Amino acid sequence: MDHVIAQLREQVLDAARQQHTILIEGGGTKNFYGNHALNSTDKAALSSSDKVALNSTDKAAPNTIDSGVPHMTSNSVALKLNALRGIINYQPTELVVTAWAGTPLQEVIDTLAASAQMLAFDPPAFGAQATLGGCVAAGLAGPGRYSGGPVKDYVLGTHMLTANGSILKFGGEVMKNVAGYDVSRLLVGSLGMFGPLTQVSVKVAPVPQEVCTLEFSLDEASALAICHSWRAQPLPISATAWQATEDTLGCLRVRLAGAGAALKTARLKMGGQVLPEAQALEYWTALREQKLSFFTTPTLWRLAVAPGTPVLNLGPTLIEWGGGQRWVASVLDATTVRRVAEQAGGHATLFRSLGDHTLPDQGVFHPLAAGVLDVVARLKQEFDPQGLFNPGRLVHGL
Amino acid sequence: MNAVSEQAITAVSGPEAAVVVHALLQVLPAHCVLSRTEDTRPYECDGLSLYRSVPMAVVLPETEAQVQAVLKTCQRLNVPVVARGAGTGLSGGAMPHAQGVLLGLAKFNRIKHIDHAAAIAVVEPGVRNLAVSEAVSPFGLYYAPDPSSQIACSIGGNVAENSGGVHCLKYGLTVHNVLKVRMVSMSGEIIELGSLAPDSAGPELLSVFVGSEGMLGIVTEVTLRLTPKPALARVVMASFDDVEKASQAVAQIIAAGIIPAGLEMMDKQATQMVEPFVKAGYDTEAEAILLCESDGTVDEVADEIIRMQQVFEKAGATRLQVSQTESERLRFWAGRKNAFPAAGRVSPDYYCMDGTIPRRHLGRVLNAIKDMEKQFNMRCANVFHAGDGNLHPLILFNSNFPDEVRRAEDFGAAILELCVEVGGTITGEHGVGMEKINQMCVQFSREELDAFTAVKRAFDPDGLLNPEKVIPTLRRCAEYGKMHVHGGALAFPELPRF
Repeated sequence: MDHVIAQLREQVLDAARQQHTILIEGGGTKNFYGNHALNSTDKAALSSSDKVALNSTDKAAPNTIDSGVPHMTSNSVALKLNALRGIINYQPTELVVTAWAGTPLQEVIDTLAASAQMLAFDPPAFGAQATLGGCVAAGLAGPGRYSGGPVKDYVLGTHMLTANGSILKFGGEVMKNVAGYDVSRLLVGSLGMFGPLTQVSVKVAPVPQEVCTLEFSLDEASALAICHSWRAQPLPISATAWQATEDTLGCLRVRLAGAGAALKTARLKMGGQVLPEAQALEYWTALREQKLSFFTTPTLWRLAVAPGTPVLNLGPTLIEWGGGQRWVASVLDATTVRRVAEQAGGHATLFRSLGDHTLPDQGVFHPLAAGVLDVVARLKQEFDPQGLFNPGRLVHGL
Repeated sequence: MNAVSEQAITAVSGPEAAVVVHALLQVLPAHCVLSRTEDTRPYECDGLSLYRSVPMAVVLPETEAQVQAVLKTCQRLNVPVVARGAGTGLSGGAMPHAQGVLLGLAKFNRIKHIDHAAAIAVVEPGVRNLAVSEAVSPFGLYYAPDPSSQIACSIGGNVAENSGGVHCLKYGLTVHNVLKVRMVSMSGEIIELGSLAPDSAGPELLSVFVGSEGMLGIVTEVTLRLTPKPALARVVMASFDDVEKASQAVAQIIAAGIIPAGLEMMDKQATQMVEPFVKAGYDTEAEAILLCESDGTVDEVADEIIRMQQVFEKAGATRLQVSQTESERLRFWAGRKNAFPAAGRVSPDYYCMDGTIPRRHLGRVLNAIKDMEKQFNMRCANVFHAGDGNLHPLILFNSNFPDEVRRAEDFGAAILELCVEVGGTITGEHGVGMEKINQMCVQFSREELDAFTAVKRAFDPDGLLNPEKVIPTLRRCAEYGKMHVHGGALAFPELPRF
């Protein structure tokens, strides 16, 4: 793999010399995610996206070109990581897998499954080309995050290519490591703003012995209340999802996972109707990959809110993670959505938008508090002083 | 570890200290400032008393505003600040700076809020780890990270060190159980990292802050994630006639898809040291014993205990005992948790290491440590988190003999370097502090150390918070002479060699 690394290094140094910015790409399945993203199939979005690109790319006038990488400008180059492919080390008894960043996510998942292990954070792929590096850089977790926890909880080590062409290694393959700052976790969800990941070590988990999905017919408020009441109880809940239905008030689905005995006890306590296994698997997969009809909305907001947050009344809603994650098809303006999210102790992201929806001035992600922004700006300056990597994609102006 | 040698200079008395104390008295009430040597000396070291230094002054603020004022004052005067929680740390991370101010957070000892339905507690940094679990126990909750020092250590210190404990294999380290930190930067600004929501906008600063050893900011409030107490917990105690077999058994438990609530190993040296003291009923004839805990519902635990026993039998266990009552379970754990005091009974001094290695190398490294006992002519007991591969070799020595101090340090360094060699790390949960700063040169390249410095600068541009810890200077690494070698190339080619 040395020659691939060498090529990437050359590309980075070249770009630096020529003052081009670098757009990092794994499998390209999450190009929609982040600032100045543009769905290349949606011509109507061109104007609004260009506006954002103009705001956040100060190198040159944006000039979207058809390169497969959205939001490319004439002054930016794509850094493709998909040739960095392959699992480097996986020994099931170590509970860790190390792979090149461009390894297809599905290849990792299949390899783990052969040893009855999995990625507990249940990452969405959003396409067959998704890579492990992209999954970590985006930091997105799926329904299983309810019990599994966020992506950052599982990243043990990373290698990153820096703006001056070096490879830095942070963390490692061991479960506990407090030598130096935990830069590996800083890179989770950083959308490449500090540099491209080249290698990732991720903690894995055993596949649960049994899984079972329960359905409850409940309206939004009751679903939130019951989910909240479960939170502080030792129940083997691995995922929850509530959405409105046409015929009833709404449906809360709860996935239990764990030892057979624990599931039996929990079912007696919780009640509900058991959803047939195949149907349940189809549902949770469609939810994770955003294939449910709910997600066809032209404007999709993602709100992360504090526990106990009531119904928000922002528009059609799908609720996950026991109430903590709310997908909202809101037509309200960004300021309103953000104010509501902040009042609920959280933040709001314009996750996807199609059509002529005007993108928020400060980008799709929630603006950072001043003190936090200062630290982030200094980190960017330290790691990428020239502003080469994915400018503005995560934090407006950085 | 007991008193050994006084390494650093004692407090600089004179105008400089007087200026600092005078300035501190402008922003703090007199009873919050200690400056006479007899008052500051008790703060000269943390749990690692090998490294000592008396600070210019000790401040014990009572409010967040006072913390802000102290930091602003110290920044203005360009005076280093070292934070201290309960002082139980084992790596010298809270050792004062001789030309600096020690900021003690002992008075920040309130549990501010418990939301039992949301399973969240908001606490001040001086609250003791165990006090959190005790306070939330009536709601059927507990705080999962449980370092052995939990009766005394504080949450602020846990955040600084990213503390673990015997239950972190299943329930995670501090970084997995802290939702939000409110801190004061060196410039006196209040910054909140993390959120009660599942995530927060922007890069993951909270994870960098946790485990940063007091070098990025001073914590004034921590929001903790609480865990529902399981209905039942039981422990299997398995004896092995060979350390290698016990190590294999650890891997086999994981291979069987079991994540035990705790999975700990004690070697013969350790059980023989602990048993007369605690009378836990350990098999002192075994070369190693494993303590393996299952928790959950009654039926779940019953099933899992059977599966654990089957794995151990197959792995060649010579004896198996399962706790039948809660008091028996606690007795089994008592020996493990009291290993350090027990070491203090059998040896005048002990030195506790903290390397972590991939589990598959457990047998190899434990056998290598046995060989090192002969090489350094020194005893070493092993009591550790086998499930995480986190070793805690306890090197027994007598500080009255300077030669033993030196050998103990060399023995420890050799163990840590072996940990790095097999793909592990020099510290799993105790932190680098002063103690392991030389070994950082072995684990990281110059550029990686520079990256840590970059992170430090981003939070603390003037480098005044707990300076000279964790990140070794280029010069120190050169003097230590053990360089990180990558791809056959030395990490510091620009420096002259001997």
